[in-house]
Amino acid sequence: MGPRSRHTAQEGDTLCLLEINARSVSVDLNNDASLLIDIPDALCERDKVKFTVHTKTTLSSFQKPDFSVPRQHEDFIWLHDALVETEDYAGLIIPPAPPKPDFESPREKMHKLGEGEATMTKEEYTKMKQELEAEYLAVFKKTVQVHEVFLQRLSSHPILSKDRNFQIFLEYDQDLSVRRKNAKETFGSFFKNMVKSADEVIISGIKEVDDFFEQEKTFLLDYSSKIKDSTARAEKMTRSHKNVADDYIHISATLNSLSVDDNTALKKFTNVEGRVASDEELKLTELLRYYMLDIQAAKDLLYRRARALADYENSNKALDKARLKSKDITQAEEHQQQCLQKFDKLSESGKRELTSFKGRRVVAFRKNLIEMAELEIKHAKNNMALLQGCIELLKSN
Amino acid sequence: MAASSRRNPPPLPGAENQDPLSEMADEDSDEGEDIFVGNSNPVAEAFQPDTANGEEPADLFSEAETSTAANSYITNSKSNGVHSDNENDLFAEVSVELSMENPSTTAKSSGAEFTPSLTLSATQPESMEQLEEEKDEDSFDMEVAVTNPEKIGDGMNAYMAYKVSTRTTLPMFRNRTFSVWRRFSDFLGLYEKLSVKHSLNGCIIPPPPEKSVVGMTKVKVGKDDSSSADFVERRRAALERYLQRVVCHPSLLQDPDVREFLERDELPRAVGTHTLSGAGFLKMINRASDAVSKMTIKISDSDAWFDNKLQEVESEELQLRKLHAVVDSLVNHRKELCGNTAVFAKSMAMLGNSEDNTALSRALSQLAEVEDKMETLHQEQAASDFFILAELLADYIRLLGAVRGCFEQRMKTWQRWQEAQSTLQKKREVEAKLLWANKPDKLQQAKEEITEWEGKVTQYERDFDRISVTVRKEFLRFEKEKSNDFKSQIVKYLESLLQSQQRHVKFWEAFLPEAKAIA
Repeated sequence: MGPRSRHTAQEGDTLCLLEINARSVSVDLNNDASLLIDIPDALCERDKVKFTVHTKTTLSSFQKPDFSVPRQHEDFIWLHDALVETEDYAGLIIPPAPPKPDFESPREKMHKLGEGEATMTKEEYTKMKQELEAEYLAVFKKTVQVHEVFLQRLSSHPILSKDRNFQIFLEYDQDLSVRRKNAKETFGSFFKNMVKSADEVIISGIKEVDDFFEQEKTFLLDYSSKIKDSTARAEKMTRSHKNVADDYIHISATLNSLSVDDNTALKKFTNVEGRVASDEELKLTELLRYYMLDIQAAKDLLYRRARALADYENSNKALDKARLKSKDITQAEEHQQQCLQKFDKLSESGKRELTSFKGRRVVAFRKNLIEMAELEIKHAKNNMALLQGCIELLKSN
Repeated sequence: MAASSRRNPPPLPGAENQDPLSEMADEDSDEGEDIFVGNSNPVAEAFQPDTANGEEPADLFSEAETSTAANSYITNSKSNGVHSDNENDLFAEVSVELSMENPSTTAKSSGAEFTPSLTLSATQPESMEQLEEEKDEDSFDMEVAVTNPEKIGDGMNAYMAYKVSTRTTLPMFRNRTFSVWRRFSDFLGLYEKLSVKHSLNGCIIPPPPEKSVVGMTKVKVGKDDSSSADFVERRRAALERYLQRVVCHPSLLQDPDVREFLERDELPRAVGTHTLSGAGFLKMINRASDAVSKMTIKISDSDAWFDNKLQEVESEELQLRKLHAVVDSLVNHRKELCGNTAVFAKSMAMLGNSEDNTALSRALSQLAEVEDKMETLHQEQAASDFFILAELLADYIRLLGAVRGCFEQRMKTWQRWQEAQSTLQKKREVEAKLLWANKPDKLQQAKEEITEWEGKVTQYERDFDRISVTVRKEFLRFEKEKSNDFKSQIVKYLESLLQSQQRHVKFWEAFLPEAKAIA
């Protein structure tokens, strides 16, 4: 059994139980005591992550006040799609679905490490392995966090928290897979997405009657593309930073074998550099990435509303035509009324949602930017202390 | 060269190593006496190197039978503004002793007596432009600097000329301060000359920086971008370190070629340094044949010291190469980080522009500025990574190669001795045969040959012993220099990291109130 298979076996056997404490992106969630949700721990086996969703509630709609269920990523997606497809929620911003857990990067590195094992010293290898495990852990923490935030946004929303599917998700103690999409449905949703993007093109051309929405539309379209750009760049930047940190590990390992000087400080420095890279990532990139998705959700709301407006306008035209032909007038009138109602409802709730979204976004950015700046300062000061100690040590030798 | 290898330690008089072998070695030194007389041109800050001036000054210097017992050869160090304080501190304890004593009565000391303040510092340029030489306050015996690279001529015949400035209190030079202009092939020529003369003794001769056809062609063609500026700066720094190592070496400093190089206005153009010349090819062939013979020599050395040290050197060279590769990758990654940070900063600025909440918008713009500053920091850090670390490693990889060459010289000497012994043996057999065959006239000849070869064997044996001693001494001196060099460079590097982290803190602390002001 060569090193490669050994490592895959190792990956497969990794069961990580985790206490999740950091909530980096979410703000002001989970403070409504009537429904408290968190993900206290999770297991990862091979590719699959099993989350333990824990609910504490005072609401009578639930059978028990305190309970936990195991859930997989696919269950979260099912829930999200179910909410999106519910007509009643057309006027709401549905929180974006959590992205699939992506262990690709650390797994690839693990693979490379296995192959390069022969050329490295034992110490270097252990160090790299530790780094890799830390990275793995960071990805893991991140994915748990986004899943948790998704649920918490639902629970803190006045309307969505009462959704039946949501309740099932939280409570149903059997495997949810029977209720999840089968292949046909998945294909159907794929098709729907295609149609939606075609719609988007048409709809962004529709004349907007309401100033508020006109402004919002312009803002969101612009902001969305910018934030997408920023997210991509931030990712690249933190990846470069990680590369630099990795290089320092190699350097300190090689220096060690040269035993040219006392380099324990250099080793610690590499740890701190590595941690700076992953903290940066956690704060900034995740913030950007989350809001990129959120803005997409807000845009979706706008599109739904625009579609409703289009429907309304179409129904007006139909009514006019019916009046002209003097045929099916009542039907057309009813249809027009429905469209109008729908549109109005959407507009009203849409306005509410978008305003609160704005506020939420500003608060989240503030919190994260402050935390990021404080972390940078803390790490830089740590580095400074380390370096000073190392320099003194060398000089006194 | 008896005098040159002696060192008197500063304030502490007692710690002198009596090394009997080195006495013998110095007496038999092949380097010859340094007695020069004659006039020489006054050294002016002449600009035109290699113009056909037709002057042939008698470039000989006078030297009394004095020993220039300089105990600390501190070389000039350039520093950027921030580090100058630190470096002056390092030199704060230097004191200079000049003494005039009869060489034969002075005690010999081994190379291990250097004062700890011997440092060679490479320069860390603040920018990629030329740096001015910085005069240090303390008094040293010898400082050299290579500055002001200038392009002479145009097109493919163009070359870079460098100003080589020396400041010294050594009496063997005519002036205290003087400069000359040299080009790269002059440096190579110096190395060739020193090699020819000293490598047979087992000296470790510092190797010059490598030739680079690509780099020079870009400069010649006149490509005025940062890569050719980088190349010129890198070469300048490397040439300076090379010269500093040469003048640090006690025996080499006494060599007339070195003095000529530093002092003489115009050097005859060094032939045989051009890669594609006849001499170049000859060198390549010699090197190849050397490599083959290297494989077949194995000294049955009663002294395991040399074997061990050679092995150490070889493994160290491997490690340094590996380290150099990693540092190279670090430099590249940091440059990448630089680029990515700049792009990110721009996109942040755009995001800030489209943000409608004013406080957040301002904060995002500030963030963009901070990231911009970070980019500058990263870039400087990359430069320091390179110029401090990477070049140090590259230098030492080359130096270790020179050290190995030293050991090989010793092996060759041993081989010569062994061969002489076996020839002697054969001659003796011939003699015995002739005795038995009773041919008196041939016998006489055979006896003469035996005497001749006996002499040779004795001489070669003595050569071998002598070279062994020199190699050992050189090696110890080298080790000491290396460890000092590494230590000082690493300290310098860590200090640059420290400085960068300080600025890091400053930038983020400036940003924090902006972030807090978001409402």
